Amino acid sequence: MPRELMKGNVAMAEAAIRAGLEAYFGYPITPQSELLEHMAKRMPEEGRAFLQAESEVAAINMVYGAACTGARVMTSTSGPGISLMAEGISYIAGTEVPAVIVDVMRGGPGLGNIAPSQGDYRQVIHGAGHGDFFPIVLAPASVQEAVDLIGEAFDIAEKYRTVVFVVADGSIGQMMEPVELPEPRPLRRERPDWAVSGAAGRPHRTLTSLYLKPEVEERINLRILKRWQEAEANEVRYREYYLDDAEFVVLGFGTAGRVALSAVRAAREEGIRVGLFRPVSLRPFPYQAIRDLAQRAKAFLVVEMNGGQMLEDVQAAAQGQVPMRFYGRMGGMVPFPDEVLEEIRTLAADPPTPTENPRARWLAHMMPA
Amino acid sequence: MTVAAPPKTKHNLKLIYQKPESLTDSPTHYCPGCTHGVAHRLVAEVLDEMGLREKAIGIAPVGCAVLAYEYFNIDGVEAAHGRAPAMATGIKRVLPDRVVFTYQGDGDLASIGMAEILHAAGRGERITVIFINNAIYGMTGGQMAPTTLPEQVTTSSPRGRDVATQGFPIRMSEILAQMDGAAYVVRRSLHDPNNIRKAKKAIRLAFEAQVRGLGFAMVELLSTCPTNWGMTPIEAMNWVRDHMVPAFPLGDYKVAPELQKLRV
Ligand SMILES: Cc1ncc(C[n+]2csc(CCOP(=O)(O)OP(=O)(O)O)c2C)c(N)n1
Ligand code: SF4
Repeated sequence: MPRELMKGNVAMAEAAIRAGLEAYFGYPITPQSELLEHMAKRMPEEGRAFLQAESEVAAINMVYGAACTGARVMTSTSGPGISLMAEGISYIAGTEVPAVIVDVMRGGPGLGNIAPSQGDYRQVIHGAGHGDFFPIVLAPASVQEAVDLIGEAFDIAEKYRTVVFVVADGSIGQMMEPVELPEPRPLRRERPDWAVSGAAGRPHRTLTSLYLKPEVEERINLRILKRWQEAEANEVRYREYYLDDAEFVVLGFGTAGRVALSAVRAAREEGIRVGLFRPVSLRPFPYQAIRDLAQRAKAFLVVEMNGGQMLEDVQAAAQGQVPMRFYGRMGGMVPFPDEVLEEIRTLAADPPTPTENPRARWLAHMMPA
Repeated sequence: MTVAAPPKTKHNLKLIYQKPESLTDSPTHYCPGCTHGVAHRLVAEVLDEMGLREKAIGIAPVGCAVLAYEYFNIDGVEAAHGRAPAMATGIKRVLPDRVVFTYQGDGDLASIGMAEILHAAGRGERITVIFINNAIYGMTGGQMAPTTLPEQVTTSSPRGRDVATQGFPIRMSEILAQMDGAAYVVRRSLHDPNNIRKAKKAIRLAFEAQVRGLGFAMVELLSTCPTNWGMTPIEAMNWVRDHMVPAFPLGDYKVAPELQKLRV
C-alpha cells in the first residue's frame, strides 16, 4: 500500500474499517470528532452500521449490544465521554464480550480544554468502570503506530473477550503524518459460539453480567482474572531506543515519549549516555522490562503529559532500585524537546539521590512557593 | 393435507392450554398476584403465534424482570439499568433481520433510561418495547417511580407523593406517540381477562410493526405490584382499575396506517 498523508483520527477510523469493523457508535467530542465523521462517511459506503448516539452512555450500550452478537464493534471519545461510558465498559467486561474503545485524550479534569493531554491514564488502566477487571490499554506515539495498534486491538479484544482501549492524546488524533494503511480484511462470516443471534436450531443463549450467587460471581471474576493473566504474559509491548549502553533512561508513552525521543537524540549528540523506554501497552504494563532497566541504570526520568500517573507504575516496577525524577506538563500543555533535554542534562550532571521524591521536586520546580 | 392430532393426555383428555414454546420450564420468582408473569406469557404466546421464537432476541431490564432471559426460551441479554433501548439498537443495527425487543419497568424506562427510550423512538428504531408500568420500584423495595400517582405512599414518598416537591407522574405513551419515528404506541392494562386479551392483541401489533419495518413500537402495560403496594392480589387488580387507569388512560396513542388495517 502506498503511503499517504492522513490525520490521526481519520487514519484510525480507516484502519478500523480495514480491520473488518462491522459497527460504530459514537458521540461527537473534540479532539476525536474526525474519527466519528470519517465513520459517518465510510461505514454506510461499506454497507456497515454507523450511528451517532444521543450520548456516550447510549453509544457504549449500543456497542455492548452489538458486541453481544459477536460483531466487530468500536466507539471513540475523549475523557468526558469515557467518564460517561464507565458504566457500559464495566458491563462489557462483566459479560466478557469484546469491544474496542479509542480515547483521544484532552486537558481536564472537568470540561478542561481540547488540547492534548495524558490525563486519562489512571482512568483507562482501571477500565473506568466499577468492579474487578482490567482492560488492555495500548498507547501509540505516531499516526502509523495508531493505525497498526487499531488493527491489532480487535484481534486482542476477541482473543481475551475484553475491552481494549487505544489511547491517543489529542496531538496524535489531530496530527497529519504519512501512513501506510493495511489491506482491507474481509468481514468475518462465522460468529463465536457464545454470541446471541436468535435461538434457531439450538438451545437459547443468554449473555449477562448478573450472577446473583456470590460463589458463581467469584468464579466469573476468577475466570476474567485468568484471561487477564494470559494477556499479561502475551501482550506486553514497548519500544526501546539507545538503551544498549545507556546510563540514564527516560520513560514516556505516546506523545510524551515521542517528544522525549527528540530530547534523547539531542542529549546523545552532547555525549550523554541516555536512552528512551516507551511503554506501548499501558496495561499490561511492562513491569519486568522496567525492573531489568532499573537494575542497570544510574537514574530514571519519567516524562508525561499529566501529573505523574504512569510515574507510580514505574516506581512500582523499579522497586526502589534506581533513583528517579519526573517531568510533566499538564492541562493540555505539551512539553518541548528542549525542556526535556534540560531535564536530561540536569539528570546527568546532578543525579537524583535514592530518597528524592520525584513528584515533590517537580512540583516545587513548576510552582515555587 | 394432514393435520396433527391435538396432544392427548394419559386419560385421553384433550390438552387445550399449555406453556408457550417461547417460555422455558424455569419457575419465575415473581410474587403472587404480580402481572409480570402475565406479561411474559403474552409476549411468549405472540412470539409462538408469529413463528418468531428462533429469530427473537430479548433485552432484560434492571428491575424485577432482571432474570427475564431465564424465563424466555429465546436468545437474550441483560442490559444496564435503563439502557435496554440502546443495547437493542446495537443488536438490531448489526442483525436487522432479527426480532429485537426490550422488556422494561417504569423506573428503568421512564427515569434512568428516559434519554435512551426517547431517542430510540425518535430514530424510529425498529424494535418492540414492552413497558411494565406498576407505579413503583419493585425490585429495590417500593420506592417512588416517575409513574407513582400523586399522594401515593411509597418508601421514598412516605407521606404520599407530594407533587409540589416530588413532581407529577410521567405519561410515557403520550410522550412517545409524539415521535415521528414511532409506528405503534398504545397503553393497555393487565387487571382483568378482558384487558389481558386486548393487551395480547396490542403486543401482537407491536411485533407486527417491527416485522413490517414500520418503526418504533411500544405497548405500555398497567401492572400490579401487590408486594410493594401492600395489597392482596385482588386489591391490587382493583387498584389498577380504580386508580391507575384514570391517571393513565388506556388507548391507542399512535397506530401507523399499515397497522390499522391489520386483522390479528
Ligand atoms: C445505575 C443503577 N442505579 C440503581 C440501581 C438499583 N435499581 C435496581 S432496579 C431499580 C428500579 C426498578 O424499578 P422498575 O424499573 O420500575 O422495575 P420493577 O422492579 O418495578 O419491575 C433500581 C433503582 C441499579 N441497578 N443501577
Ligand atoms: S416486587 Fe412487585 S413487581 Fe416485583 S415481582 Fe413482586 S409484585 Fe412483581
